[in-house]
Amino acid sequence: MSEKSRHIFLSVENLSKNFGSFRAIQDISIDIEEGEFVCFLGPSGCGKTTLLRCIAGLETQSSGSITQKDVEISLLPPSARDFGIVFQSYALFPNLTVFSNISYGLINHKWGKDKITSRVNELLDMVGLKSHEAKYPGQLSGGEQQRVALARALATSPGLLLLDEPLSALDAKVRIYLRKQIKDLHRKLGITTIMVTHDQEEAQSMADRIFVMKDGKIIQSGSPKEIYEKANSPFIADFIGITNFIDARVLSKNKVACHAFEVECNTEDMSADLPVRLAIRPESIYLNRAASDVDNCVDAIIIENEFLGSFQRIYVESTSLSNELLMIDVANNSLTEMDLTPGSQIHITLPPDQIRVYPFD
Amino acid sequence: MLASYILFFLLFLVFPLGTLIIKSVQDQNGNFIGLKNYLLYLQEPALFQSFFNSLFIAIVSTIIVVILAFSFAYALTRTCIPFKGFFRLIALIPLLSPSILAAIALVYWLGNKGVLKALLFGNSIYGPIGIILASVYWTFPHALMILSTSLSLSDSRLYEAAEVLKTSKLRAFLTITIPGARYGIISTAFVIFTQVFTDFGVPKVIGGNYNMLATDIYKEVVGMQNFQMGAVISLVLLFPSLIAFFIDQYSRKKQISLLTSRSVVFKPKKSFGVDSLMLGYCTFITVIILMMIGMAQFGALVKFWPYDLSFTLKHYQFEVAGLGWESFYNSIRLAFYTAIFGTIIIFIGSYIVEKLKSDERLRGILQLFTLMPMSVPGLVLGLSYIFYFNAKDNPINFIYATMTILVINTIVHFYTVSHLTGVTVLKQMDKEFESVSLSLKIPLYKMFWKVTLPVCLPTIFDISIYLFVNAMTTVSGVIFLYTYNTTLASVSAIHLDEQGDVAAAAAMAMLIVYVSVLVRIIHTVFTKGILRRTQAWRHDTPNAANDVTKA
Repeated sequence: MSEKSRHIFLSVENLSKNFGSFRAIQDISIDIEEGEFVCFLGPSGCGKTTLLRCIAGLETQSSGSITQKDVEISLLPPSARDFGIVFQSYALFPNLTVFSNISYGLINHKWGKDKITSRVNELLDMVGLKSHEAKYPGQLSGGEQQRVALARALATSPGLLLLDEPLSALDAKVRIYLRKQIKDLHRKLGITTIMVTHDQEEAQSMADRIFVMKDGKIIQSGSPKEIYEKANSPFIADFIGITNFIDARVLSKNKVACHAFEVECNTEDMSADLPVRLAIRPESIYLNRAASDVDNCVDAIIIENEFLGSFQRIYVESTSLSNELLMIDVANNSLTEMDLTPGSQIHITLPPDQIRVYPFD
Repeated sequence: MLASYILFFLLFLVFPLGTLIIKSVQDQNGNFIGLKNYLLYLQEPALFQSFFNSLFIAIVSTIIVVILAFSFAYALTRTCIPFKGFFRLIALIPLLSPSILAAIALVYWLGNKGVLKALLFGNSIYGPIGIILASVYWTFPHALMILSTSLSLSDSRLYEAAEVLKTSKLRAFLTITIPGARYGIISTAFVIFTQVFTDFGVPKVIGGNYNMLATDIYKEVVGMQNFQMGAVISLVLLFPSLIAFFIDQYSRKKQISLLTSRSVVFKPKKSFGVDSLMLGYCTFITVIILMMIGMAQFGALVKFWPYDLSFTLKHYQFEVAGLGWESFYNSIRLAFYTAIFGTIIIFIGSYIVEKLKSDERLRGILQLFTLMPMSVPGLVLGLSYIFYFNAKDNPINFIYATMTILVINTIVHFYTVSHLTGVTVLKQMDKEFESVSLSLKIPLYKMFWKVTLPVCLPTIFDISIYLFVNAMTTVSGVIFLYTYNTTLASVSAIHLDEQGDVAAAAAMAMLIVYVSVLVRIIHTVFTKGILRRTQAWRHDTPNAANDVTKA
């Protein structure tokens, strides 16, 4: 996608925010394109919510600027900015009905009663809550409340939708269902959306682009696939999905030593003797019945076997590779008649192109 | 907004107290004389003795009240006794009357002509015994409220864990119940200590020759017109209250909630032994409270206790000029204005502190100001108002000797508890309501009107009732501030008693009780009736239906 083909909708430049001596976010610069769905992803305390609140104007940045649609909004109060927001707690007004909650922001538009009613009905329809308009928030389930909050935020047709951990307070199943609903809604309305979450699975399933944050900084950004496959640090490799780490030392170009075994992998231009960590996803390791002369084939013993529905996670010990157990995910339908009971001797292969090498930190 | 509240507190709390301190280091003519007044105070054994008297009475009363109220609260929250609602209702009766009603009732029961005088074994009720008994009576419901709140917050899983580990009931009580209520007990002790230590009405009526700080201040100021010494004793009175206040604040900070969202609320189990014991105890306390209020009413309705017990209403005619029905009407006016204006001022103030974005330092100052009134005894506040507002060069001198100054004084005096009530209910509201409104471009005042106010309405009514009843019953705050055309019922009762007309004093105190009861009833009816409409959303049961299957 070229710079010209899509318009930059929101631009954050060198934004920092301090709370006393605590630096919540540090020198963040990002551009978000019109219609994009982006996620700020990171562990709690990484500054993702502070960044969102700065964009909304609910916090004032210590330095830096924010531009929305080519207008600098850095110092505008929230009420002068153009966005709708959904909070983790929903923040629905408990004493107002679903209808009044959704129409709350429309009152300003000086619309006629009919126009408001038809707009609210349209929104209720959109979030699938048609028959609930007369109920109070307390009568709705968590997921329904979340959808009312979404409808309220979208009522005035804002140009930007901000979602602050919108699904965290919900049950697992409802969460997965709402993910799809929000995604569908985004596709239908084409509204530029920023979501804050600490749930990597949520970010990966919903976002066009993910900004991974840590200690107030963005440490990697890219599509969900890029981030999963090309994590640029052990932190991200560990935070996004599940990863096996193996300590090693560079021997020569594309060759590292782990304990008693030499592993082929892409060491790029790391110098010899550099301590490194190898990272490999559990689903990238193969099982071999017999010893093979492919690269990186090593013998191992099965220690434990977890059944996880569509796949099995096998814990193996390979003393020549690492002191720690390695996890290997094997899809159930690809399982051969190999003996996977604990104690069995097997061989495993670590394909060189699936191994990522990080300098030891 | 915030600034106008800071100005309010500067004018009606900080500056008056400052003036009081200045007065204490001046002579009669306003010349600075350093700590000479304090030296004079220390050299006067009679005055100095009062300090220890007050300390002694306050400590003994506090210990008795904490034990009695803890047991009562325990019975209400942790046992299966019947009639809990009734017991609670009766136990709260002393809140509805001025503290002097207890002293008057004690005079009837145990005074020189008292029916149960023999119980004192020759001791006089006029003195420490009377003061302690009356103080215990009127502070009991205050202690009960704090303690039953802290005892009702308990996780039943803790007790189940103890039981599974084969812990004895006594050990569970000592290791779970008492530690859980620890901060409630500390808080109660300080509140009761301060109340008794600074109370004026009870020692005035039943203290006899036993001098206490509060009565000394009154004597110095009203009796001898020695304002400087009054200021010195006021500061001596203020000091222990301040210490108690800061220790209490400190201990509150260390308090961590034992109750999490995963806790299971404690439900008492039946136990014949404990339940019978507690039922007996609660009945005993209830009977005593009814005996006290009953005797005050009886005394007000008989011709000449104890010689002519025939019925009469003549004590309600109040033949002493200035101490009659007009003072009763003044009290109602005061209570009414205090409830209306106080509720508006205090609730908006708590909203500003809790919800509005503002300069952190200014907010911190305002928060400190809102807590200060709790540590300032009414007598001290009242005296400081004289010094500050009576000064000729004060531009707002004109409010002196008016109903306005009484209303403001009462609002400030009872500010803290009302403010904290407001803050508590506002804390329960989602902190993002303001953000949502801003994002939807709805001005905050509209949101306040449409959401905050309706949701908080029950609490707002509670605050107004609290202010009303306290304005009706308070003595210490207003004793220095009323004038001949703003006499108040509670003050009249004291003066009637002073003039030897105990029956009329009892009648006046009972008038206050009637109004307080009436207002409470109206409040209850109001809450059940009109609030039903605005609070419809409260009575709903959450719908636990699964979103996925429904959609």
